[in-house]
Amino acid sequence: MPLCEHRTASDVAALARPSGRLRAVSPMHQPANPTTDHRILSSGRPLVADVRDLSLTFETADGKVEALAGINLQIAEGEFVSFIGPSGCGKTTLLRLIADLEQPTSGMLQINGVSAGEARLRRAYGYVFQAPALYPWRTVEKNVMLPLEIMGFSEAERRERARRYLALVNLSGFERKFPWQLSGGMQQRASIARALSFDPALLLMDEPFGALDEIVRDHLNEQLLGLWDKTGKTVIFVTHSIPEAVFLSTRIIVMSPRPGRIIDVIECDFPRERTLEFRETPEFVRIAQRVRMGLRSGHSYDE
Amino acid sequence: MTNSALNVPAFAVPGRHSVVVRQAPVLTLVLALVALWYLAAVLMNFGLVRDAFEREEVPYTTGDVMLGTLQAERPLLPAPHQILRTFADGVFGYSPTSARSLVYHSTVTLSATVLGFILGAMLGCVLATLIVHSRTLQKSLLPWIICSQMVPILAVAPIVIVVLGAIGIRGLLPKSIISAYLCFFPVAIGMVKGLRSPDPIQGDLMRTWSATPSQIFCKLRWPSAVPFLFTSLKVAVTISLIGAIVGELPTGAQAGIGARLLAGSYYGQTIQIWAALLAASLLAAALVGMVTLTERWVGRRMGVRP
Repeated sequence: MPLCEHRTASDVAALARPSGRLRAVSPMHQPANPTTDHRILSSGRPLVADVRDLSLTFETADGKVEALAGINLQIAEGEFVSFIGPSGCGKTTLLRLIADLEQPTSGMLQINGVSAGEARLRRAYGYVFQAPALYPWRTVEKNVMLPLEIMGFSEAERRERARRYLALVNLSGFERKFPWQLSGGMQQRASIARALSFDPALLLMDEPFGALDEIVRDHLNEQLLGLWDKTGKTVIFVTHSIPEAVFLSTRIIVMSPRPGRIIDVIECDFPRERTLEFRETPEFVRIAQRVRMGLRSGHSYDE
Repeated sequence: MTNSALNVPAFAVPGRHSVVVRQAPVLTLVLALVALWYLAAVLMNFGLVRDAFEREEVPYTTGDVMLGTLQAERPLLPAPHQILRTFADGVFGYSPTSARSLVYHSTVTLSATVLGFILGAMLGCVLATLIVHSRTLQKSLLPWIICSQMVPILAVAPIVIVVLGAIGIRGLLPKSIISAYLCFFPVAIGMVKGLRSPDPIQGDLMRTWSATPSQIFCKLRWPSAVPFLFTSLKVAVTISLIGAIVGELPTGAQAGIGARLLAGSYYGQTIQIWAALLAASLLAAALVGMVTLTERWVGRRMGVRP
């Protein structure tokens, strides 16, 4: 709490203001630590996502809805960035923009130095949706093989990769099962294996564990963290769970609705290897507190 | 977590009884209908038979007349046993190549039905594919598809037969075209719905993999539409049989169930008409049964929840 008390409304406004580059805000006040300084991070490692002054306004029957306004964000290779905010804050929309599933109204958006559309055509990312969205007429194995079929991998390569990634998400032995024969958590793990199957360097995850119970969710959080640590992929992760965001991320982007905008950016320089017990430590609680304050200052708790 | 999903719970089938007990309601209903039929036969044919007795000036009792109503040669309503006898005679009494054999006529109609069904189903699928891929085609095709079904087929059938006959196409094909004309409709409508049935997320996934439109069609739209396809095909197959029979009527065709019906009505052979109708309905049941069996087979391969 003491960390947040001195933050004023103008601080929040400064963060929300569109600017060329987001200032790194270290919650620990450790600017000397090179791994948390965003400028060094982004200059040392190539940018995966470069978002500048991005806005999106939906035209609906009831008039215009400003989904996102003045979004500025740079994400470097190997980061685990979470978007957190209440429903309607545009976090999913921002992820869909990055994936070229929506088109911005104004602003610039580059993925790996090219436009989002070009990056999609180059199959730059794997996307995990909130629902597993497995194709019900395909076995688990064939679901994992589907993107590989589309991308023209050989039959042998497809089988080998399906085997490898199903093992990675602990689903060995379920290759021949159909989706309905699996629990919700297992289906979501299969969908993660499917997103990983073609080995994209960028993983976009839209509340992948939102529909799961807490026990399964904790377990999958740990597995995902291990996976990220092992593979060195860049992950952009949408969630509305504060503990999940703090536990997983190297950086947390706090968003607020109407219009959707970034109100706080929180760096977390936790050790890469951590267990669920980490969530009881003071550092964890401090960051979680700050996220909560950020959400509150964005009037997310008004309703 | 992993084991629970492997052991799919085997639900006990409630109330397993003997075949007789299970079929009792159906049997009762069938028996009641047959009894009603006999009653109707007696009532409807009564006047006819009594007049015949009167004409021949032989003494008769009411019992004689009632017995006569169930044995008349050309009754208004034949009794079930008469129809069954004529049917059995038509099926087993003649060589399958004989013009008096019901098997022969059924085969003729069946071949036109199957060809028409295949043509119609293909046409329906092609139209649906065009419609879901193009807004322009949707707007230009759909009204015509609906209009095509408002024209009475009995009016169209002779035109098709005569026009095709004039350019030298006779026999099987004109009948199949009439049959296809009728049966493409449910397939087209069902498949438009089916090809549009995938979940938006499933479509988004295809987009994230930058799949081509043909890949999206083959790997997402078509498999999603399969349940809709079989529902439409069940409707279409019975309609295509009707189409084939109707196609046999205007030409005064020499063979086929339609020809048999027509001949029966010329000569007042009501029993023969009913036997041909029985053959047609058995044929329809067999066709629907085959579509259903195919559906089950495909469903098993596509992991449909039993």
